Amino acid sequence: MTLMKSLLGASALLALGTVAALAEPAIIYDVGGKNDKSFNEAAFNGATKWATETGGTFKELEMQNEAQREQALRQLAESGANPIVMTGFAFGDTLGAVAPDYPDTKFAIIDMVVDQPNVKSVVFTEEQGSYLVGMMAGLASKTGTVGFIGGMDIPLIRKFGCGYAQGVMAANPEAKVVLNMTGTDGSAWNNPVKGAEIAKSQQSQGADVIYAAAGATGVGVLQAAADLKILSIGVDSNQNYIHPGSVLTSMLKRVDNAVYEAFKEGADLKAGINVMDLAAGGVDYAMDDNNAPLVTDDMKAKVEAAKAAIISGEVKVHDYMSDNTCPAAQF
Amino acid sequence: MTKLPRWADVVLVPLICLLIAFVFCGLLIAAIGQNPWVALTSMIQGSLGTQSGWGYTLFYATNFLLTGLGVSIAFHASLFNIGGEGQATLGGLGVAVACLFIPWPHWSLALLGSITLSALFGALWALIPAWLQAKRGSHIVITTMMFNFIAYALISYLLVNVLRPEGAMDPATARFDKAFNLPKLADIFGVMGIPFSKAPPANIMLFVALALAVATWALLWHTRLGYAIRAFGKQEKAAVYAGISPVRITLYALLLSGGISGLMAVNAVQGGAHRLVMNSVEGAGFIGIAVALMGRNHPFGIVLASLLFGFLFQGGAQLAMASDPVTGEQLKIPREVITVLQALVILFTGALPYMVQRPLEKLFARGGR
Repeated sequence: MTLMKSLLGASALLALGTVAALAEPAIIYDVGGKNDKSFNEAAFNGATKWATETGGTFKELEMQNEAQREQALRQLAESGANPIVMTGFAFGDTLGAVAPDYPDTKFAIIDMVVDQPNVKSVVFTEEQGSYLVGMMAGLASKTGTVGFIGGMDIPLIRKFGCGYAQGVMAANPEAKVVLNMTGTDGSAWNNPVKGAEIAKSQQSQGADVIYAAAGATGVGVLQAAADLKILSIGVDSNQNYIHPGSVLTSMLKRVDNAVYEAFKEGADLKAGINVMDLAAGGVDYAMDDNNAPLVTDDMKAKVEAAKAAIISGEVKVHDYMSDNTCPAAQF
Repeated sequence: MTKLPRWADVVLVPLICLLIAFVFCGLLIAAIGQNPWVALTSMIQGSLGTQSGWGYTLFYATNFLLTGLGVSIAFHASLFNIGGEGQATLGGLGVAVACLFIPWPHWSLALLGSITLSALFGALWALIPAWLQAKRGSHIVITTMMFNFIAYALISYLLVNVLRPEGAMDPATARFDKAFNLPKLADIFGVMGIPFSKAPPANIMLFVALALAVATWALLWHTRLGYAIRAFGKQEKAAVYAGISPVRITLYALLLSGGISGLMAVNAVQGGAHRLVMNSVEGAGFIGIAVALMGRNHPFGIVLASLLFGFLFQGGAQLAMASDPVTGEQLKIPREVITVLQALVILFTGALPYMVQRPLEKLFARGGR
């Protein structure tokens, strides 16, 4: 009898243990790859922060190509992972189709709105952060020409470019903004060679500050800017450390915080749309020891003033995706 | 030197190749500090250990079976069609056209329509290289390979500028009408009263592909055209002397090859994704070459080889999520390593059978004495 009891107890414990082990959160990185030093890496940092704080573990998966999204989502959901966080708008359509099949699993998607009762959609006001780094670029440029290199040509990235151009104009109304996109498909997020080529071409057009919003492609842009002895601006993660003295600043998009929050909420993840704006600390510009010598007190004061003005609502930065037009630049 | 007995050539050589490939894969996994045994078992468990795993394995196998058959028909005419990837990409366009713009009353008609259009588009994509080879002597390897790049660029242009729904950011078409979804294995087995996992996309195209394998066998060994293709492939001069037109056979063989490769898209696009996405072929066109080589260009061999590659593909996908059964920790196998593993198997099974054949022949010659 006692043996039976202890056996039962042990199996109950085991069952509990299995449930606890199963409710692991999971993160899926898009084709740009976990180590893109930018968007996906920010997500990884957020997940890691959660893991070190709670001592928990999480599953992670890198997409190999566009066609495997559905399989990855389904298999993670079936493995019991909860919640499942994915980075990138490209998961939107697939998640919309898969989420209803797993009503007990919570999903979070970054950069896209998916209207399902078990999905949390996290979007950022990238135009505000880009405006701030645009001002910084306008103030730092000696030639009066600055560059923007986007990844894939989609409304989301035009939103970055548009906010940036407005910021540049706010600092220097005479400035010229050269805008380029790397490509039209997913590979544009992971093409550092092409990024470097575009950076060189923009430099030859006079640009002396280049903002890259292109995932892993941006690594090539920053490298080229450092080689050409001009300034660059990183994106999503703080990229100032990659080439100290050449990276003017980075437009921070706190994907790490979004992932951290989602993991922390766990299985109780609140569905709905979550807008991370400047006021909420969702976007910002990066200052640290690596770029301190590049930023004068005057520049910093002006950008801080603009930041306060945006938060108070005094300055409105145009959101490209609200009407697919940009008052400050032509794409 | 004596020739190998047929069973050894067909069974032993691929098995030894596979074994060598697995040894190298194991070394690679050990080199990045992971447990090769856990990796291997989780690959097998994930692809053959569950119904859902089997479903995905069969889904991928269907892709590879079709592209493999396509490659093999051209092979029999001594034409190395590297363009399966591009032909299947265009086949995907055919499926999208059939499913987006024609209001079929029933899925079975939609299936017939997408089969027709995908085969037509795939065949047309092979037509120009075929014509250039037949009439101008431009090498088929070069032209079909270049046509792959044209196909990528064309699909990329169409998805970004023409087929992408208003307001969408993802370069993909809208979802097809749900009524056109092909019956999955779960539905087919369900009719017979056998329960099967609903998650994997394996569908009725599996049976279409198997029927096509039989048809390919019948065509190659039991029809005039098949005889002409094989005769032309074995000895062109003798074939011409026998009254076989090289131009016609080149065209026919490559059109058939491109058409069957194009059919792969029905499985992947209509059966799997239910919309046309970028890179919908997932490399199946190239894997088809390895499948055809490993299957010794015989439809039966190709069926077996495509199963093996289906297992590899699904196992690879599982490997990315595998965890250690003892500690429960996820294995740290980056996606680049998984690509290398798949490439190693393709290298050893597809490209290096002769490395195994020679020593085996020696061994058999010694044993036979």
